[in-house]
Amino acid sequence: MSENLLTVKNLSVEYRTDLETVKAVNNISFTLNRGETLGLVGETGAGKTTTALALMRLLPEYTGRIPNGEIIFDEKNLVTASDAEMRMIRGGRIAMIFQDPMTSLNPVMSVGDQISEALEFHNELKRNKEEIGKRVDEVLNMVGIPPGRKYDYPHQFSGGMKQRVVIAMALACEPDLLIADEPTTALDVTIQAQVINMIRELRDRLGTAMIMITHDLGIVAQTCDNVAVMYAGELIEVGTAADIYKSGDHHPYTAGLFGSIPNLKTRSRRLTPIPGLMPDMSNLPPGCSFSPRCPNRNELCETTRSSIYRNGTHAVNCRLFDGRGRWIKEEKAQ
Amino acid sequence: MSQPAVPLIQTKGLKKYFKVRGGLLHAVDDVNITIPERKTLGVVGESGCGKTTLGRAIIRLLEPTSGEVLFKGENVLKYNRGKMRDARKKMQIIFQDPYSSINPRMSVSEIIAEFMIVNKTCENRKAALQRTVKLMDTVGLARRYANVYPHELDGGRRQRIGIARALSLSPEFIVCDEPVSALDVSIQAQILNLLMDLQDELGLTYMFITHDLSVVKHISDEIVVMYLGHVVEQASSNELFENPFHPYTKALLSAIPEPDIEMRNMPITVIKGEVTSPINPGSGCRFAARCDYVMDICKRETPVFSEHKPDHYVSCWKLHSNMKG
Repeated sequence: MSENLLTVKNLSVEYRTDLETVKAVNNISFTLNRGETLGLVGETGAGKTTTALALMRLLPEYTGRIPNGEIIFDEKNLVTASDAEMRMIRGGRIAMIFQDPMTSLNPVMSVGDQISEALEFHNELKRNKEEIGKRVDEVLNMVGIPPGRKYDYPHQFSGGMKQRVVIAMALACEPDLLIADEPTTALDVTIQAQVINMIRELRDRLGTAMIMITHDLGIVAQTCDNVAVMYAGELIEVGTAADIYKSGDHHPYTAGLFGSIPNLKTRSRRLTPIPGLMPDMSNLPPGCSFSPRCPNRNELCETTRSSIYRNGTHAVNCRLFDGRGRWIKEEKAQ
Repeated sequence: MSQPAVPLIQTKGLKKYFKVRGGLLHAVDDVNITIPERKTLGVVGESGCGKTTLGRAIIRLLEPTSGEVLFKGENVLKYNRGKMRDARKKMQIIFQDPYSSINPRMSVSEIIAEFMIVNKTCENRKAALQRTVKLMDTVGLARRYANVYPHELDGGRRQRIGIARALSLSPEFIVCDEPVSALDVSIQAQILNLLMDLQDELGLTYMFITHDLSVVKHISDEIVVMYLGHVVEQASSNELFENPFHPYTKALLSAIPEPDIEMRNMPITVIKGEVTSPINPGSGCRFAARCDYVMDICKRETPVFSEHKPDHYVSCWKLHSNMKG
């Protein structure tokens, strides 16, 4: 099953307005195999959602641009795909669960109609009306909603149930890739646990590859095989879950993120937060974008970008790893 | 709980019902809590369990339906307007959303100084503004922000304004209503550290309302767990996390995804169903419909809130019957 599904190469995304150009995503590269889950972690404004929108080609038409990079999905470059091709892929082969279940459903369409809409549009199996109806019942059952409720409207459901409906919609066409953009942020912990359990189970059963976007390191640990940490539009650390949670070698930002979450097991009197704020994305520092907040920076960090250092599956974009044990410097093409 | 000194805040049988279509919504139902001076009481629960209503009822931003709120032993619900105004200088609140809780048309220094000017705690406007500068230093807001407007600042800095404003009248008690839930983790840690430093320096007493269990464990001395208006469990922070008794607390704790991959294949214990309606809930345990250990009595009678272990209180028939048996 470990055949490659998605390869992103040097992808950048900019938002251009008359006043300024915001470099939301800068030269990120990653790969995803079939059936695997990648966690995309970072704070608000790190570029996580922009990356997801770029993969779906849903960037705002007039301001969002992809100046360079490739998105190879199943041997097809999505950056250059036509709108018609994209329409068939989007929703059919790549589906997305949006952050806010309250606003991602159509309030004047019954839930069943919303699910069958996607099925009718991507009707590769040439299902007739009755079969589509059956499939709607099936996916509702799958997410634990009694099929009898398909005639209900979104306002008749609670937040957790709405998120299930959104998940049912995304999975109805059996996509190869599911992008979940903070699927549980708007939910309470107990409901969050229900939804995460369900996503995990469905993924394992259907073999869907997944990109899980979140800022919660706990959720990543519970669901992801690989983790990519994003900061100011760049991937600053990539590795397997074990690399990130076990190895102890971290980019200073990742270390800061771990230091910021209160630990449930040990009692520590003080947290060690990261000082300062994320840089202005329209005016990034010339060197490492984390350098203004980094406790370990040196003069070089402020002026020049670091290379990527790799140790097996674990890659870190920080020059502190220079000359450290098994870390090998990776020559960058540009 | 026999505290030798009078506790700073105590509620007795505090109730807040809202009239809604279809009956009475029992937002806070018979809550008895005690907060000793210089301590932090954490209040946890899911959305809609009455945490925020409880916080607001204690400082009388919402008029409680019945019960008592004792501040240093005096019932503030009996206070008239003038006396309440004085008392409220000692009781402040920090709101959840730093975006909607500050006036967008006032500059930072005006927002912070407003309470002092309205309450005439400073001799004149100038003195109030001088104190504002001091407060900005205390909460870590650079002085150059004094004349900017809230929309120019990020969430963390806005929350610092909210904190400075709450501190401006030198309160003794602050209700922190989810002060960090709208913030990113790295900023959240900065604000939590600030709140803890201020508590040490100024001898503050907090009631810390949150749905984030790791935050509440970090900051609280004592924790109460709320479910649909009732307090279902109360214990010291460490005790609650080590020995949760109530089935709801257990489920709540096991639902937190831990940042540790060794736990990843452990099934998360999930409570079935969702919170039932708080409108006319009737008698019986409110968690009964979702509880795995439900017994007949649970559906008939409201469980007694009793001391299961020294200083560890639970409201559950199952444990109650175990104790007797």
